[in-house]
Parts: sequence; C-alpha cells; structure tokens
Amino acid sequence: MNELVASFSGRALRIGRRIFSRPRIDLPLAIGLLVLALIGLTVLYSASNLDRSMVLGQAARFVAGALLLLAVSRIPPTLLRAWTPWFYLLSIFLLVVLTVLGEGRGADRWLDLGVVRFQPSELMKLAMPMMVAWYLHPRPLPPRWRDIFAIGILVGIPALLIGKQPDLGTALLVAASGLFVLFLAGLQWWKIGAMLAALAAAAPVAWHFLHDYQRERVLTFLHPENDPLGSGWHIIQSMIAVGSGGVLGKGFHHGTQSKLEFLPEHTTDFIFAVLGEEFGLVGVLVLLLVYAFIVGRCLWIAANARDTYSRLVAGSFGLAFMVYVIVNGGMISGLLPVVGVPLPLVSYGGTSAITLLTGFGVVMSIHAHRKWTP
Amino acid sequence: MNSHGELPDERAKRARFGRRALAGFALMLAMLLGVAGRFVCLQVFEHAEYSTRAKANRVRLKHLPPPRGLIYDREGRLLADNVPAFRLDVIPDKIKHMDAMLQRLSSIVPLTDDDIQRFKQSLKQHRAFEQVPLKFHLTESERDRFAVNQWQFPGVSIDPYLTRNYPYGAEFAHVIGYVGRIDEKEQAKLDPDLYAGTTHVGKTGLEKEYEKLLHGTPGYELVEVNANQRPLRVLQRVAAKPGKNLYLTIDERLQNAAIAAFDGQTGAAVAIDPRNGDVLAMVTVPSFDPNLFVNGISQADYSALLEDPEKPLLNRAMRGGYPPGSTVKPFIGLGGLELGLRKPTDTVLSTGTYYIPGSSRGYRDDTRYGAGQVDLMQAITQSVNTYFYSLAYQMGIQRFDQWMARFGFGSPTGIDLPDETGGVLPSPEWKRKTFNKPWYPGETVISGIGQGYWMVTPLQLVHALASMAGGGLSHTPHLLAATSDGLKSPEVPHPQPQPVQLTHNPADLDAVKQGMLGVVYNPLGTAYAAGIGKGFPYLIAGKTGTAERYSRKTDAYNTNKNLAYLAERHRAWFICYTPADHPQIAVAVVLEHGAWGGSAAAPIARKMLDQWLADTPPSARPPLPVTAIATQSAERGPHTP
Repeated sequence: MNELVASFSGRALRIGRRIFSRPRIDLPLAIGLLVLALIGLTVLYSASNLDRSMVLGQAARFVAGALLLLAVSRIPPTLLRAWTPWFYLLSIFLLVVLTVLGEGRGADRWLDLGVVRFQPSELMKLAMPMMVAWYLHPRPLPPRWRDIFAIGILVGIPALLIGKQPDLGTALLVAASGLFVLFLAGLQWWKIGAMLAALAAAAPVAWHFLHDYQRERVLTFLHPENDPLGSGWHIIQSMIAVGSGGVLGKGFHHGTQSKLEFLPEHTTDFIFAVLGEEFGLVGVLVLLLVYAFIVGRCLWIAANARDTYSRLVAGSFGLAFMVYVIVNGGMISGLLPVVGVPLPLVSYGGTSAITLLTGFGVVMSIHAHRKWTP
Repeated sequence: MNSHGELPDERAKRARFGRRALAGFALMLAMLLGVAGRFVCLQVFEHAEYSTRAKANRVRLKHLPPPRGLIYDREGRLLADNVPAFRLDVIPDKIKHMDAMLQRLSSIVPLTDDDIQRFKQSLKQHRAFEQVPLKFHLTESERDRFAVNQWQFPGVSIDPYLTRNYPYGAEFAHVIGYVGRIDEKEQAKLDPDLYAGTTHVGKTGLEKEYEKLLHGTPGYELVEVNANQRPLRVLQRVAAKPGKNLYLTIDERLQNAAIAAFDGQTGAAVAIDPRNGDVLAMVTVPSFDPNLFVNGISQADYSALLEDPEKPLLNRAMRGGYPPGSTVKPFIGLGGLELGLRKPTDTVLSTGTYYIPGSSRGYRDDTRYGAGQVDLMQAITQSVNTYFYSLAYQMGIQRFDQWMARFGFGSPTGIDLPDETGGVLPSPEWKRKTFNKPWYPGETVISGIGQGYWMVTPLQLVHALASMAGGGLSHTPHLLAATSDGLKSPEVPHPQPQPVQLTHNPADLDAVKQGMLGVVYNPLGTAYAAGIGKGFPYLIAGKTGTAERYSRKTDAYNTNKNLAYLAERHRAWFICYTPADHPQIAVAVVLEHGAWGGSAAAPIARKMLDQWLADTPPSARPPLPVTAIATQSAERGPHTP
C-alpha cells in the first residue's frame, strides 16, 4: 500500500516537474502577457478606488490562469485536437444548462457551481475556433460550400444560445472567432464577399429577433441624444473621461470621472476609459502597442505551426483577441454601440482572464510542438 | 524553421495561411489604427472641450419615476389614484454595519422580517451609492419618531413618494387588480432604463394587463453636487411623462348595486353591452381589499385570505368554473335550428324520463311525469330536459361541440385581463386526454342540459349570451374604453378587435328569444314565480339554470325539498338580457350555494337591470315598447302565485 502511494506520488511529482521545470514557452509572448497583466492590475487598483482585495483577487486569477497556461502548453496539439469536440460539447452543454436554469437577472451569463461562478460564454470564445479548426483539419482547403454550411451550424448554435441570454455582443464575437478560422483557411475572397452580402441582406430579419433593449442600444448609438438616461449617458461620460485625459493623462488615481462615479462599470467594461483618463493618449497607445505585439506574435507562431489545426487555432485566437480590444476601445470612445465586452486581461473578471490565458496556453503548446520531434 | 521532408501540398497550405494571416493582421492593425485615431481625436483635438466638461461635471443624474396613470370608470369616477406617502430609504455605501443599523432602527420604526428580507433582496439589485427603499408607507408617528432620531442614522432618510390607492377597495379588486413591489423575477424582465427609480409594478388585473400604458416614461434631474456629493442645485429637469389614464367601460353604480344584491352570498356576476362588448360590471363575491397588497401585505392578512373557505382571492367571474346547467339550452336549441335538425314547431314528448334508443338507462326531467308534447319555445320556457337530451343525442358530440365552441365555450373570451380561464367543453378527445377513458353516449345526452364535465365561467356565459342577443354578432368583451395622456388631453378610444358574425338566420334567433321571454313572462316559465319581469318597462329575455354539484345517488332529491339542502347541492344561474328587441345589457349571475336559478339568482340580475335603467338616460335607451306579452304579464300580475 505504502509502495503504491509512493509510486503514485512519485509519478505525480515527475509529471509536475515535467510540466513546470522546463517550461518550453515562447518568451516574447510571455513577456507581452506579463506586461499586459501588470498594466491591468495597475489600472484596476486605481479604478477600484484603491481596493486591495479586488486587485489581489484579480492577481490570484492571473496566477491560476498562468498555471493553466503552463499546464496546457505541455499538452501536444494532437491531443488538444482530439479533445476539441468534447471541449466544444461541454461548452454547449453549460450554455444549455444556463439557458434552462436561466432565471434571475435578465442578462444571465453566470453559472453558479457553488464553489465557482463563471460565464460559459467566455469558455465558448476558446472552444469555438478550436472546433472549427478541428472540423477543417482533415478536409481539403480552401473550404467548400458544404463545409461552410457545416461550420455555419457549428457557429450558429452557440451564437444563438449566447444571444438568447441575452448577450448580443458576446454572441457576435464568438461567431466572429469561428469565422476567422474560415478566413485563415483560405476561403476564397468571392465567397467571403457573397457571405457578407448575405449577412447584409439578413440584417433586417435579425433586427426582428432582437430584444427591445438591444434595439434601443443600437438606436441609442445612432442617436445618443435621444437617451441621455441610459446607454447614451454611459457613452457621454466615457467620452468625457477619455477626452479630458489629454495626451499625458491626469495621473494615477486622479481621474475625476471614475472617482466621482460618473463613469459606469469602471472596473469592468469601461476600465479602458479610466486608463485613458489617468494615463492619457500615451497610456492608450502603449496599451494598444502591447496588444498589437501579442497578436502579431500569435500570428507568427501560427505561421510556423506544423499542421493545419495548429495554424488555424493560433491564428484565429490571435485575431479574435484583437477584435475584443477593438470592440471595447470603439465602445468607450463612442465609435461602436455599448455592448458588454470586457477589455481582455485588463477588465476585472475571472472567467475571461482564465479562459484567455488558457487560450494562450494552447498557443504556447503549438509553439512548443512546432517541429516534428519524437 | 521549415521541417524537412514536407509535402508540396503542405508547403502550399502553409504559404496560403501565411498570406491570410498577414492580410488578417493588416486588417486588424487598420482597425486598431482607427481606434487609436479616435483616441487622438478625443484626447488631442477635442481635449480642451472635454476637459471643461469634466471640470463642470459636478452633475449627478437623478431618476424621476413617472406617476402611474389613473383609472376611471365610464362616468369618470376615480377607481385608482396616486397619493403622497413617505418611505425609508437607505444608501448602502454609507452604512458600515448594516445588520447592527437595522437592529437599532427597528426599535424606532418597527421592521418586520418581511421588510428586512425584501430589503436585502433589493440591495442586490441596486448599486452601492443608490437609494434602496427599506420600508414603504410610514405612519405619521413612525415618521415623527424617525425624524427626531435621524442624526443617529447617517445614510438613512425619509423620502416622499406616490403610492397607489384604490378608493373603492374590494369593489374592483378583481377587475383592477393591484400593484406591488417589483420582485427579482420582474426586475429581470423590465427595461432597466424605463423602470429606473420605479418601485412598483402591476401584479394582477388591469394594473398588470395595461402595465405598459399605465407606467409612463421616467424623467430625470441633473443635480449639481459639491465635492462631498451633496446636492447644491438642480441644473436641468426633464419631467417624467405620466402613464396614460385609463377609462373603463365599467359602471361603478352598477358594480356597486350588483355587490349589494349578492348580500354576501358567494358567487359572481358579469354584465356586458351586447352592442359592443363593453363590460359594464364584473363582480366577484367575496372580494378583498387590494390596498393591502400595495406596500406589502402582512403575513397574517395574507394567510387569512388564503385560508378563507370562500376563497376571496379567486376571481370567480373569469376563473371560476361552474357547470352551466340549463342556461345553455337556448344555445343548444339554436344549434338544432341552425343545423337543420329541428324546426321551431317540432315537438318532443316529455314523459319524465328519457331513454337513449335501445338503452334502458333513464335520464330525468325536472318534473316527475314530464311536460307532455313541447316545441322549442315551451322547451326553453319550462326548461324541459327531454327535448334537449334528444336534441344533443341527435346532434352527436362532434357537431354539438363544434356548435358550442362557436359561441366561445371551452376557450377564454379574450377579455383584457390576465389569466382568464377557458372552462371545459367536454369532447371525446378532451376526455381521453384528461382521464384516458372513452366517451359514452350518455355523456352526450347530459351535455344537452349543461351537466357532466362541462365547465363555464360567468364571463364566458354572458359573452355567449351577448353574442346571441346582439343578432349573432360576437364582440370580444373588454374593460378598456379609452386612454388619455392626462386630464387635459382628449380621450382616445382604445382599438377593439373586429366582431365576428356567428349566425345568419334572424328567424332562428327570434324563435329562441320567444322561449327566453316565456321563461320570464309565461306562467309556466321557470323564472315567472320570481316575478322578475314585473314592473320593468322593457321586455327581459332570460334563462334559469340549476347545476348539480353531485350526481343523484339516492331518491332523497325527489323527496327532500328543504331549500338549505338543495342550496348545498346546487349552483344557481340566471342569464338574461334587455330590452329584448334592442338589447343593451346582458347579465349572467351565478350563486355557488343557490337552491334554484329562478328564485335565488334571478332577483340579483333584476336588481342589476334596475340599476342599469336608473343609470341610463331615456335618450340613450330605445323608446318604451308596449307589446302583447308585456300587457299580458301586467294583466296577470295579481294572479301570480
């Protein structure tokens, strides 16, 4: 019995050592992520009004995410590929559970598992591109129409489930992350054009299915002066915060907009505005550069990956990551309507940070296994 | 970097991916540049403007909930209004130890467990710096006591608000319903912008049905604050737009008279104008005081209502299901004519018992030895079961159900109230689905006298009657006549659904009407003894109904004529309309413990008709007729038993 325990713990120790002793991770990408996390914690510290417990909580999530990243980076992409359908089905299952249990608040995106609460839709942001890449991996590229149709279903089901929560912004982003795979798989330009035209034609139909408040958000975006109470107020306050920051910003913890609570959701969806107010244009550009570097590095890793699946996953994950940044930045600067999309790795929130870091773990794994090594 | 021995195909794939990745990255960078450009625009070119705005941004937004729309009856009597009251509000941000504070506070202003539980629930729905209501509708002494001690409770304040008030109390509880505090489930469904600052929402009745109209649009105040967030002055004020006022079709006087006529007996009555479907009265006895629910009913009051054996919370007028009994005979008789099975003059021999051809099971008439040869008119007048047993049998259950469904039996009428039930129109399919048992021919036979599984609501029955009285034209019953944006704005008629023509043969309708006139004016008529036509200037067409709550197991029914015994076994119905030739009001009355429809329920209906007569100016009524029957009944008056 003792032997058994000893041998088991010995094995566990070996595995643990294998995972953590010699982390074969991409150093530039890791540094980029670290810088981003530090910027995120700094801004959060100010935005939360110097709430240490909030910052420590977020740091703990980053650590958990980093451990997951290291663990996943050791799993060969072939294994990740084999697990992909199960991961996708699990995410769908959780979304369905959420829909069934979905009482309480109108926009219920949270699943309460007693110990942890998390948003299945965030999980889908990772599962979606992996699933589409899994589907396309053994098939001839560029994708044929029937493949596009099948992918339409793979993308449509989770998008509808998330859209029903109702979380239109996340639904669109999850769908986009799946469609990026198609784009990277070399889908002919004329087919892309045809799909875009079909989407434009379907827009009036989609309008019909939107919730009243979602329509209102879109209308508010077009005419913010009609709704100075609701989302219009958010946009105006956010723009005042950013604009008043100027080139150099008001300095750490000196933003009046967020401190006096004019700015809504200033630790989550609108945290970018806090950064813009306190660190100015310089801070904004530095942050955008860090993002651009991370995404560029992801695409470089993708281009050097060894098989179709790896290429598509790493590439589409990088592009989707950039889209989150663009949508959030566009939202707080009044370019895009208010949709509940966090700023990746900066906004306060556990599921998003941990899922994104796990995703980077997949990218790291692709990097580590880029060569035909035994 | 490239692995050795790579296939040419793999190399092509890699190259294609590289091109795409580059294109994708370029696209993303372009968009990122767009966002960056936007930031440059805001932070460099428009910096001065936003900087000024940020400095001037000592402005707070305060939501102003809209006053709820008022509800009036058809004569402009105020049935639901808003009165000023005071409540305790808490700003959670400013409270260090919430439980300790509540503990101390409860010694000054009594707080029930309900209050505290509800408060804790709504804490979750508000942000920390927003006011959260703790207790509504403070009494004057509570207000005074707190005012003296307010200094001990930073973050707790007394604030005025408008609370809903129902001046007529129980009279309209089942029609207007009531508002109550928004609960978690409702919070999820309501538009957060539209309900910012609103604490109450329609829970039942018209308050729920027309929530959208009644609610209105919130306004806001831009308040300048100092560095400590204390309000200094109001900079801009956009007044809330009050909800629409509702003008009902209901007549308070008629409603009141009907309730008085019930004299506390359990039952329901509905009156409809057959010309347009206006609901003139909708009464359920017993009722309850809706004001109890507005600011949270106490557990004791609520238990008392729930445990009352007469179920005052049940809206009998549209949710009570009763076997219709003989009141459906006119509809069945009309069906016989319309389907071409009988002519008005065809007679049936009533011997006291009806047998299905080839069967020995008997179905009883109400009189022991029958009524002899009767035609349709006599069959309705005397409520002769045999005539309708044989007619229902002749129609067969399929045709029978189709015909009755046309008059709305078995489905909700579509009145503008939530949660109406549709009763039961029994059919073989329904029975198989509900009991998983086959249909027996005997069940078709008893359907002919409105017994068996058949259930109707008083609203359904009066709606069917109004459709028949109005020349076969069916109007969806409704309570809302018009809306307005305020006392000074004009009333805008509320759109109503198109009426549906149910029958096309006036002669058939007239034959049935003659039978229903006989019920009231013919000495053999089932309501003649009650004398309800006496002294009324217009002709009344009516029908009694006495539905049995239990089937007869012994002969006691035939021997025991004790009224209390019968009342315990019976539900008494009376339906009628007047003036018979140009109907303006149709009424259905049901008593849960009435011995006989004619003697117990008909007088209530008559009192309602009297009130209608008193309320309707002669110019709005048809000219008084002097018909043969009216004269006859007047001559016969002294001889009535």
